Amino acid sequence: MNSHAFTFCNEHLLALPSGALFWPAQRLLCVSDLHFGKASRYALHGASVLPPYEVHDTLLRLDQDIVEQRPKIMICLGDSFDRVGASDDLDPRSREWIIRLQAGVNWIWIEGNHDPGPLDLGGTHMHEVTIGPIAFRHIALEETATGGEISGHYHPKVTVRAGKRTITRRCFTTDTQRVILPAYGTYTGGLNVNASPLSTLLATNAICILTGAKALPVPRSKTRS
Amino acid sequence: MALVHPLIANWFTAQGWSIHPHQSDMLARADDPATLLIAPTGGGKTMAGFLPTLNELAEGPHEGLHTLYVSPLKALASDIKRNLRRPVEDINLPIRIEDRTGDTPASRKKRQRADPPHLLLTTPESLALLASYEDAPRMFKNLKRIVIDEIHALADNKRGDQLMLALSAIQNMCDGLRRVGLSATVEDPATIAKYLARHPDPCDIVMADPGPDPDISMLQIAEPPPWAGGGAAYAIPAVLEQIKQHKTTLIFHNTRAQAEIFFHNLWLANEDSLPIGIHHGSLDRVQRARVEAAMVRGELAAIVCTGSLDLGIDWGDVDLVIQIGAPKNVKRLVQRIGRANHRYNAPSKALLVPANRFEVVECVAALQAVKEHELDGDPRGPGPLDVLCQHILIRACAGPLDPNALYREIKSVGAYSEVTRASFDDCFEFCATGGYALRAYDKWKRLLQRTDGKWILRDQRAAQRIRMNIGTIQDTDTLKVRLKKSRGGKPLGEVEENFAASLTEGDTFLIGGQIVRYEGLREMTVEVTRRADKKPKIATFAGTKFATSTQLNQRILRMFQQEAWPELPAHTADWLTLQRGASILPRPGRLLIETFPHEDRHHTVVYGFAGRNAQQTLGLLLSKQMEQLGYDPLGFVATDYATLIWGLNPTTDPEALMNPNTIEHGLEQWLAGNALIKRTFRASATIAGLIERNLPSQRKSGRQATFSSDILYDTLNKFDPEHLLLRITRQEAMRGLVDFGRIRLMLDDTRGRIDFMTLPRVTPLAAPMFLEMGRVPIKGAAEERLLAAETAALMATAGLG
Repeated sequence: MNSHAFTFCNEHLLALPSGALFWPAQRLLCVSDLHFGKASRYALHGASVLPPYEVHDTLLRLDQDIVEQRPKIMICLGDSFDRVGASDDLDPRSREWIIRLQAGVNWIWIEGNHDPGPLDLGGTHMHEVTIGPIAFRHIALEETATGGEISGHYHPKVTVRAGKRTITRRCFTTDTQRVILPAYGTYTGGLNVNASPLSTLLATNAICILTGAKALPVPRSKTRS
Repeated sequence: MALVHPLIANWFTAQGWSIHPHQSDMLARADDPATLLIAPTGGGKTMAGFLPTLNELAEGPHEGLHTLYVSPLKALASDIKRNLRRPVEDINLPIRIEDRTGDTPASRKKRQRADPPHLLLTTPESLALLASYEDAPRMFKNLKRIVIDEIHALADNKRGDQLMLALSAIQNMCDGLRRVGLSATVEDPATIAKYLARHPDPCDIVMADPGPDPDISMLQIAEPPPWAGGGAAYAIPAVLEQIKQHKTTLIFHNTRAQAEIFFHNLWLANEDSLPIGIHHGSLDRVQRARVEAAMVRGELAAIVCTGSLDLGIDWGDVDLVIQIGAPKNVKRLVQRIGRANHRYNAPSKALLVPANRFEVVECVAALQAVKEHELDGDPRGPGPLDVLCQHILIRACAGPLDPNALYREIKSVGAYSEVTRASFDDCFEFCATGGYALRAYDKWKRLLQRTDGKWILRDQRAAQRIRMNIGTIQDTDTLKVRLKKSRGGKPLGEVEENFAASLTEGDTFLIGGQIVRYEGLREMTVEVTRRADKKPKIATFAGTKFATSTQLNQRILRMFQQEAWPELPAHTADWLTLQRGASILPRPGRLLIETFPHEDRHHTVVYGFAGRNAQQTLGLLLSKQMEQLGYDPLGFVATDYATLIWGLNPTTDPEALMNPNTIEHGLEQWLAGNALIKRTFRASATIAGLIERNLPSQRKSGRQATFSSDILYDTLNKFDPEHLLLRITRQEAMRGLVDFGRIRLMLDDTRGRIDFMTLPRVTPLAAPMFLEMGRVPIKGAAEERLLAAETAALMATAGLG
């Protein structure tokens, strides 16, 4: 198995190598920061016209995770769309594809800072949602109350020296209070886990889980800035 | 004989000068549409270029811009301004001379557009920017002449392509613009003439008296050079001796890292405290300027330098040039030698210092080539399309575009005279819509067609972004290095991001000749403290890594065929004789492949003589091919003349290994995911305007907003493999970092004629390769394994395993 299993709030969770999180007990799949429509935002502002394949590429990977995990609940943890109105500009194929993925799944769109308003797509739209001991919201609270929190927003990435190479990957971060998910969208950058504000948000003993061919855990304190 | 205006003739007489024949030749051709002058440094080249301008302006007043001067270096523009002001002020000509570069204050730039000087001195990038303004036609309306200095340093690269494209636009804004190019000695003046002239205008070539042949030889050193490496530390005492015997010595190196090490060692041995400075492109601008100024004042006995001093200000006091390391390229060697002794009619003096045993052969071959006046150079091929894309965007900033007229205009550029309408349309389409197979965001096209058929920017604000990203020079990812102080210490220079990433607190490295200690990274700046208590690491710097030229390598191969080598030092001649006894020496038109066991591994050496970059690429391709053939390769290392690959099984089928079809296929398939190709893509995508280097409001934090060009490359490769930018990337891979063109050349040259030698042990010629730096482990699944092992180890040390 290429996933990494860990325990959070006494619940058994799986960090998938794709950057999605799976909670087997709830049959819940969670992804964050899909940023659909990022390329079109660039074009809209008169900047360069990026290759328009990012929605397609992101959906391909999401499709595969859904096929493999067969979730009952799907949570998109905010910034699913790169800007308000981006969902209107989805090409018909991508729109149909999303609708197809939603079939038979309790699909929850959490609001993000890029997509605060409601969407004209199926599914439930919420500011945040709490399931069992865990709250799901886009941006981590500075102080979490009781229970744990799963969020996105920061696009964490991590750099590790292995042999003579420096390897940088998107990653999950976990400590006793929080899990922060990596950005799932194809056209997304990342913020090093040792850079502010992530560095102050995370416990010093936080674990980073690298994405890639295999989800690999590494202590944050051993990674590079 | 053209008539020199009496005022100017008198000025020459007053200086005690007479007009050189090539200067009056240039004057006689003042009305020609294009003229190329080839002259050695110190031959009054710049004056020859400006004489027709001064003559015309002495005749009577001129309204607006009369002459543009373009040089590849900002420093040269300000230097020329100083030099020209003297005759202009002495004669009291009513001429305004100004320069315009990236350093010119915005207020003056604005004024220059409203009220241009008579002579404007600028760089290709600043000129392209000028041409992008709506009011450009007004500014260039009365332009008569353009002088392109050091044109040889522009004609072979994208900066030069951009310049000529900008010029094609400017040419149509004025009447009877005449072009003058000033060049150092080159192997093929006709190519530069074609590059300079508006196609298909003729272009006369004026050759100045080249002056006496240089006085060039090998530096005699008692100790033989080491077998491998590039430091040339063994030559330090002999070099110091030469510095003492000369007034000012320039010590050229091929890489910045080598210059740093040599400078460091030179100072360790500099018991007399001779004033010696260092100059290279990764040092802070202020530091470089200080060294240049000290040099001009004659305060330095020597400067350790790199290509950063290949061009530039004339320094009359340099009386010796020392080239450390093989010159790689005869033409550049000759141009470097020309840096010594700028007095006309005095021979330049130069010494060559090979850094290792193989370079002895290369230095002697280069010496012979210089003596026989055989310069090298590769034909460049048609103008690159990424630069054309940028030009189309720049033209769109200046106003509504008619593609038909633009196509005609572009065909008037020598390098683009063969560009097909289909290629042009592809570039235009890319600029307008992105040119993707999937038609998306049609409502947000970059360019829109108006009802009159002309194209405009959809969003006029885009013009600012396009202007901010004008240029073709690729900055590699570098980080600034600063002394650590509470309020930001002195900037020292920059190092490559990859090198910075390899540092941990307490590591020391060399920069600007100082040993510094890595303290940490702050806001993308490497903070260091001065420290001299530890052996330093060698910083890797951005900068070109030259490959030995095809012609020079062919000369080496011919030299190998001699019976004996009286021109080589005994230690090197003996080495070649040993190789001849143990195996054979590589032959022209054939490919030598040696295979032998060594320390439980099977080694294969492919003597392709294709230059470092191509041999490196060959290493990637062959190791993949060896995996398929079951030779289980483990790693390889490449030099300018060979690739050494080691693995678990011996090579048995050299024909299968060197099969041209599988190697071509490898370029398409295996190299597609390689970092070299991705770097090539990033360069072209940046030039073509897909990736913006500079953004209107660059925020320091929030780096999660940006994503890497690798993602764009992977996405295009997956969904749109025939996209224009990928076609450009494959084209670019023929030269530069990947240099596949030279692999192809080598395969064509040796097709089927392989000398395959199975030997019991390491051969003399292969031995130095075992000492080479830069061994490449075979990638692929290895990286995941490595990462898994490393992360597991880190978890274990943290007590979490």
